Amino acid sequence: MESIHLHKIDYTILVAYVAFVIGIGWTLARYMKTSSDFLTSARSIPTWVTGLAFISANLGALELVGMAASGAKYGISTAHFYWVGAIPAMIFLAVFMMPFYYGSKARSVPEYLKMRFDERVRALNSVAFAVMTIFASGISMNALAKLLNQLLGWNYHAALFICSGVVLLYVLKGGLTSAIYTEVLQFFMIVLGFAPVVYLGLKDVGGWHSMNHSLEAVATNPSALYLKDAGTSYAPDAWMSAWTPVLAGPAHNPMGVDWFAMIFGLGFVLSFGYWCTNFLVVQRAMAAKNMTAARNTPLVASVPKMFFPFLVIVPGMIAAALMTMPDKNYRIPPPIIEQANYDKAVAAVKSASPTDVPAAVKSVGDALGKKIDGIKIASLVAANAATKLSDTDIQKGLYNSVAENDYDGVILSLVKKYCPPGLLGLALTALLASFMSGMAGNVTAFNTVFTYDLYQAYFAKGKSDHHYFLTGKVITIVGILLSIAAAYFARQYNNCMDIIQLVFGFVNAPLFATFLLGMFWARTTGTGAFLGLFGGIGSSALFHALTIAQGNTPGIKGGYLKVVSTFPSEMAQNFWLAAFAFIACFTLTLVISLATARTKTDADLKGLVYSLTPKIVDNNVPVYQRPAVVGVVLLIVCVILNFIFW
Amino acid sequence: MGLDIRWPIGLMFSLIGAMLVVFGLAKGDQSVSLGININLIWGAVLLVFGVLMLLGAISGKKNPPSA
Repeated sequence: MESIHLHKIDYTILVAYVAFVIGIGWTLARYMKTSSDFLTSARSIPTWVTGLAFISANLGALELVGMAASGAKYGISTAHFYWVGAIPAMIFLAVFMMPFYYGSKARSVPEYLKMRFDERVRALNSVAFAVMTIFASGISMNALAKLLNQLLGWNYHAALFICSGVVLLYVLKGGLTSAIYTEVLQFFMIVLGFAPVVYLGLKDVGGWHSMNHSLEAVATNPSALYLKDAGTSYAPDAWMSAWTPVLAGPAHNPMGVDWFAMIFGLGFVLSFGYWCTNFLVVQRAMAAKNMTAARNTPLVASVPKMFFPFLVIVPGMIAAALMTMPDKNYRIPPPIIEQANYDKAVAAVKSASPTDVPAAVKSVGDALGKKIDGIKIASLVAANAATKLSDTDIQKGLYNSVAENDYDGVILSLVKKYCPPGLLGLALTALLASFMSGMAGNVTAFNTVFTYDLYQAYFAKGKSDHHYFLTGKVITIVGILLSIAAAYFARQYNNCMDIIQLVFGFVNAPLFATFLLGMFWARTTGTGAFLGLFGGIGSSALFHALTIAQGNTPGIKGGYLKVVSTFPSEMAQNFWLAAFAFIACFTLTLVISLATARTKTDADLKGLVYSLTPKIVDNNVPVYQRPAVVGVVLLIVCVILNFIFW
Repeated sequence: MGLDIRWPIGLMFSLIGAMLVVFGLAKGDQSVSLGININLIWGAVLLVFGVLMLLGAISGKKNPPSA
């Protein structure tokens, strides 16, 4: 990634944003009187605010970067992560699950598990969740500090500590409310900061239809973007149809997935597992002021979520289209190369002989240390031999000859290309804001789970509320310090990070089966849930050890015991793993529950299980605010969107 | 909870919008992207959004929502 020079106006916008979030924290501080105010917002926030925070807590900066990358790599099919992988689950959460979360008066998802099952299930879930939030926040902060370092030349350590310090200031003062308010602010920053980039990008490629036309060239020859092996070719519509290429089979879409894995693995298991059980997002809805508001929170959130693909995926498609237009003089940035390597490669170009092309290409490639485009290097060497080029021009030529793309650089390269000073500050502040609110979101979920589900449950029962209020504050500081440690860990041991994320994948994949059985089948026992969850985690680890994606070598990517089955892509492997883990956990929980005696009576389970809870009568609520009605309407809109981009 | 969030949103976007408008007018040559003075136009959009939020906050103060 190349560096960006910021003007005074850009820094002013950045400083203004930081001043406002800290200001919000300080203003809210005087309302923070009890642990409930601090950790759960005392259930007092209006729906549109919790709704936007719900969506914003999920829209981390890494997602922003990753979705643009996927937009370039896979085209509009990436939208399935929204239309299949989010909307149905959000509507299910609102209509069916929220009544139990909110109605049970549980303060966290693990606490619900304790009420429904027993302490073992709670302990397993809360420990896994606490560790996961810390690593998630560390990964995000590491990425932020790295970005500021590469982009603006800031010192890594200073960037990490300053940003964490800002988050600490406002979360410590205003607690969950502060985090939620900041998330809403960040939501508008992202939308208003990136909309002009999308607009300018579309204008530059000549509009939507012209972009689609260019993407046909990408689809028929993806190796031009260094995406697939030379000779791979897809149907011309592979980048701008969401369903046709998926239905045609894994060999016909760049994701390499089939429709079953897409719908069952992503759309059911992964999506419901995330949206319906992850306390980070569910916490936002639980902060709502009443039951209707809590249930409407995911519904409010699903409206922007449905249209986010146009904001976050289309930039990637624009970038891919621009690559096919030589006159636009754009390339998706190559991986970062040290200046020293560029210097060596510049020297290699100068000393290379234009007549011995293979030797010239090899020496330049070795100096640069990356895969390079031989034809481009040959013409660069020839051009330099004809008329001496300046070092800067040679380096530019080298930059354009690197035969690899760093897709994660797409979004920033477009921001840089289209934003003049001023707008640039706005877009970068939006990105920074989403990194910081990612940390704040994780820390506020961490402090609640730690204080209520670990500290209060196992270490200090029955203390005064003031005691837990102070504990919450101390844990906030601890959470931020641990996040910083996790950031350094992520920076140091990138490979360990992959393993940790893999393990979390195993832990999360089966979780939804436990909730589904627990909420809808009174016969599910604590032992069944606990052992079923363990079995599900174990079977997903086993599945991973026995399968691999095409092109990967056995190891961290799977297949380290024995390769029993090979998938066309990593994504397909992930989706099938989730499907497998779900089925294993579901079956085990079912069988063990039938084999063990119930420990909770029907009366104990009132308000926790569907069949034992009085149906919510919302006759007093206007029709347009009834979750079931709104949910159906939203589902129809989502289906229509799928048909438009079929 | 105490603070109506429309205040900070409204104030912040009005401020940033106004800054972009002023910058777009004063430094027109630096504000152009694809032939459009985008700072001026987008600054105006942000300003309008910010003012609408402030108006919402003011009317919300006069008529506090019932539930």
